[in-house]
Amino acid sequence: MSRHRELGLTDSEYELIVEKLGREPNAVELAMFSLLWSEHCAYKHSRKLLRRLPTEGPRVVMGPGENAGAVDVGSGYAVAFKVESHNHPSAVEPFQGAATGVGGILRDVFAIGARPIAVLDSLRFGELDSVRSRHLLDGAVRGIGHYGNSIGVPTVGGEVYFEEPYEHNCLVNAMCIGFAKTADMVRAAAAGVGNAVVLMGASTGRDGIGGASVLASAELGEGDDAKRPTVQIGDPFEESKVLECCLELLAKGLLVSLQDLGAAGLTSSAGEMASAGGVGIDIDVAAVPLREADMEPFEIMVSESQERMLGVVEPAKVDEVRAICDKWQTGSAQIGVVTDSGHIRILKAGQVVGDMPVEALVDGCPLYDLAPAAPAAWIYGNRATLPTDADSATTLLALLAAPSIASKKWIFQQYDALVGSRTVRRPETADAAVLQLPEAGNAIAVSIDGNGRKVACEPFNGTVEAVLECTQNLACVGAEPLGLTNCLNFGNPEKPVPAWQLDRAVSGLAAACEELGVPVVGGNVSLYNEGPDGPIYPTPVVAMVGELPDPARTAPSAFAKEGDAIGLLGPFAPTLHGAELTKQRGELEAGLPKPDVAAVAAACATVREAVRAGRVASAHDVSDGGLACALAECAIGAGIGCRADLQELRERGCTPEEALFGEGPGGFVLSGERGELEALGARVIGQVGGTTIELAAGDRSLIVGLGDATEAWRSLDARAESVAEPPADA
Amino acid sequence: MAKARVLIRPKEGILDPQGKAVERALPALGFEGIGHVRVGRMVELEAEDAERLGELCEKLLANPLIEDYEIQPL
Amino acid sequence: MIWGVLQFPGSCDERDALHACEVVGGEARLIWHEDRDLGGVDGVVVPGGFSFGDYLRAGAIARFSPAMEAVAEHAAAGGPVLGICNGFQVLCEAGLLPGALLRNEELRFICKQADLVALPQHPAVDGPETGHIGRFSAHRPEGADGGRTLSIPLKHGEGRYYAPDDLLDALEAKGQVAYRYAEGHNVNGSVRDIAGVRSERGNVVGLMPHPEHAVDPLTGSTDGRQVFEALERYA
Repeated sequence: MSRHRELGLTDSEYELIVEKLGREPNAVELAMFSLLWSEHCAYKHSRKLLRRLPTEGPRVVMGPGENAGAVDVGSGYAVAFKVESHNHPSAVEPFQGAATGVGGILRDVFAIGARPIAVLDSLRFGELDSVRSRHLLDGAVRGIGHYGNSIGVPTVGGEVYFEEPYEHNCLVNAMCIGFAKTADMVRAAAAGVGNAVVLMGASTGRDGIGGASVLASAELGEGDDAKRPTVQIGDPFEESKVLECCLELLAKGLLVSLQDLGAAGLTSSAGEMASAGGVGIDIDVAAVPLREADMEPFEIMVSESQERMLGVVEPAKVDEVRAICDKWQTGSAQIGVVTDSGHIRILKAGQVVGDMPVEALVDGCPLYDLAPAAPAAWIYGNRATLPTDADSATTLLALLAAPSIASKKWIFQQYDALVGSRTVRRPETADAAVLQLPEAGNAIAVSIDGNGRKVACEPFNGTVEAVLECTQNLACVGAEPLGLTNCLNFGNPEKPVPAWQLDRAVSGLAAACEELGVPVVGGNVSLYNEGPDGPIYPTPVVAMVGELPDPARTAPSAFAKEGDAIGLLGPFAPTLHGAELTKQRGELEAGLPKPDVAAVAAACATVREAVRAGRVASAHDVSDGGLACALAECAIGAGIGCRADLQELRERGCTPEEALFGEGPGGFVLSGERGELEALGARVIGQVGGTTIELAAGDRSLIVGLGDATEAWRSLDARAESVAEPPADA
Repeated sequence: MAKARVLIRPKEGILDPQGKAVERALPALGFEGIGHVRVGRMVELEAEDAERLGELCEKLLANPLIEDYEIQPL
Repeated sequence: MIWGVLQFPGSCDERDALHACEVVGGEARLIWHEDRDLGGVDGVVVPGGFSFGDYLRAGAIARFSPAMEAVAEHAAAGGPVLGICNGFQVLCEAGLLPGALLRNEELRFICKQADLVALPQHPAVDGPETGHIGRFSAHRPEGADGGRTLSIPLKHGEGRYYAPDDLLDALEAKGQVAYRYAEGHNVNGSVRDIAGVRSERGNVVGLMPHPEHAVDPLTGSTDGRQVFEALERYA
């Protein structure tokens, strides 16, 4: 009777299963229920909250519920995208965890018939003075590079943060963008009683049995080495063959529907296909090509072996499907049939070994309400690394050298950013990645953003800020948002504070998207990210895809030339709440001002139009480290110094320190011809030139050599390289 | 059926950065007095005709320009 | 000019190579690795990627494909063959080019824009003005050995060129070093900064950097065009 508890089911959940089946479940059925009713698959603590999110809009082609979301980019084309987490597997084995995270999100995108054209990743680790965090960073970066580079999809952007609350629970969120003709896209719903269910791709082994799903429904504690044998191993070469095969099958109209196999393997893909189609499915495990000889039926049904896809095929077309799989040297087998029973039946060579109603298995899991309670005070630690009386120049260099702010070149130069010939803006050259779509005659921009620390300060406002950050990044390259995807990374929802954080964050996400008119087309939730020291920072990661008409009209972040004027535009109201400076001083506490979404949106529109019209030479939004860091980044990127007077912000009521290092949404640093900047409504605050960064801010004025600033900003390379182990042969 | 193990090593004189990296990391992990680390590959197989193993090694399993190989019957 | 671009399971940059051939003014089509017939193309590109997963050794399996047999015949007959990155690895494994490519010295994959010096075949015969470098801008700085500097991106984990010293001396004497990394741009540890080599006749060229990613001003430099143009004379 406690077997169900070992598998992560509560007593009342077990009783509900018994009630729905009308009997006790056998081993196969129990295994399948335990996975599909896990938090990772059923979203039982988050599903009710997610209903708050706006999901509709005139450009939405596919919304939540499908394998990936998609938006219309004109001329009959659509862009598909989604972000997913692979946090717990990456904490156990970072290389394979990150690699298979990329593999999984790629499959979600080509499962709807879109060819993957880009990957971005959002990573969070503990501070870099921890050997463990350097090891996880190194492994995750190599894993993402290994998979993305080998399969020929460019990694064009991302973000990396280092904060103590992620020390025991790193975050690896992978995003994929795909491109397709809207008319060619396909849904997952199984249809057509009597149609064949065909399994394509790699053979099935014991990878990840009880892996992703169960790990994600439990907090990580001591002894997680024991979970290592169930880690999934990725093979990007196999996936490249499966990808080409599936796209060819779809192009030839040979598939009724397509689903990828991810968490909970055959159980979830067959179950979800049947549920979406309102049909039943019979699966014969004896027909599944196996890598290990003696696998039991329940193992076959829950295996998370990678690089597998499930298709529904009309019986007359099965031979042709198999011939194309043979051409691509990838496996295929008819393993089942679509029925009208409304049940998912598992057979072993004709004998029924499992029989469950689809609705009970896929949609019958109870959904829980949270019992949120706001914390009395700041629940996370503080660690001072910068003396409060450090002078402004020292402070600026300390911020630029902060691993969360410093150049990530060491990381992204391990990624192929070029394959596919679409990359107009390579990593760290503009505020968002830009990919040309010559087929549609335009281009898209993508940004992925989050700030767990700010959400920890105030979950609603912090999440609104994350959405605004994304919008601002898109505006800097002239792009207008079309849709948003998100990954909600939080602690244990059964505890009051993480529950409160999740509840408030989802409300903030909904409010921001509603007010900006940006629909949420899909996303992912990862809960139970807690270690012995408590929960991670509440970390909603948001990613947006935007469109721009002319890929030749996007602005770089860095200044362009000596003599250009520097302008500050937008309702920027800097604060030290939650800022990187406050973190370095060890003075973090709860509280974050409420952003003025409408005013920021208006500034985004102004910047967007200015960039499209070629009226500015560069555009960079102010984020981590405040205006001083933003100006320094523009100068470092250009290799030219600058002079600026921050009096403008003093007039808005800021202290000199807030003016220099305060953070918040709505600040854009533009450069170009003085008259143009003023016509846009920017306040000219300085000029590009010289070999120093000179910022006037009352009694906190600073002057820093460009060389020193550059060295500080490039310091991540040396720190990350000092990992304990040499890169393994991979 | 002949079972064999083929060991493939980088030729002496060829820079082996993997071997060097492993060697460099050892003291920090508490291993002293270990040197000359070379990292190679191993292939295990069953062959109906053991006579052809040498040819297989020369043609496919090893690149004779940069690697040496050794066939170990099992 | 009609280019044929080989496609293996695991190739990544074949469509980019197709596009680059068209930009340079030719026609181009894909050739499946199992085709024994090149279909009458004038030139062949063996593209970048991870053919057969780079398993065993990069290019070790692809070199045995039926299409590569046809490429060997085409090369023997003097036809132009361009091997890019994985393609260079395949040509070396196939013995159509000398040397071998090993794991980068720093053991990591690296993607960055690099400066290459394109070297004439026979400095005495093919001087910098008339050589098979093709059209070039008068503004380009000259290398010490009469070469032109090109800005072309590289992206690879196994790009360290190696050949024994006596072979290297012979290659240099015969003008078979086609491209070298400019000072400070050898990021993989290739011997003598060699980024690409050519066959004795000059019709087969292999290089690790990716000229097909340097043909469109929107996505980078356009210096890659010269690499394709340089081979047109052999068609």
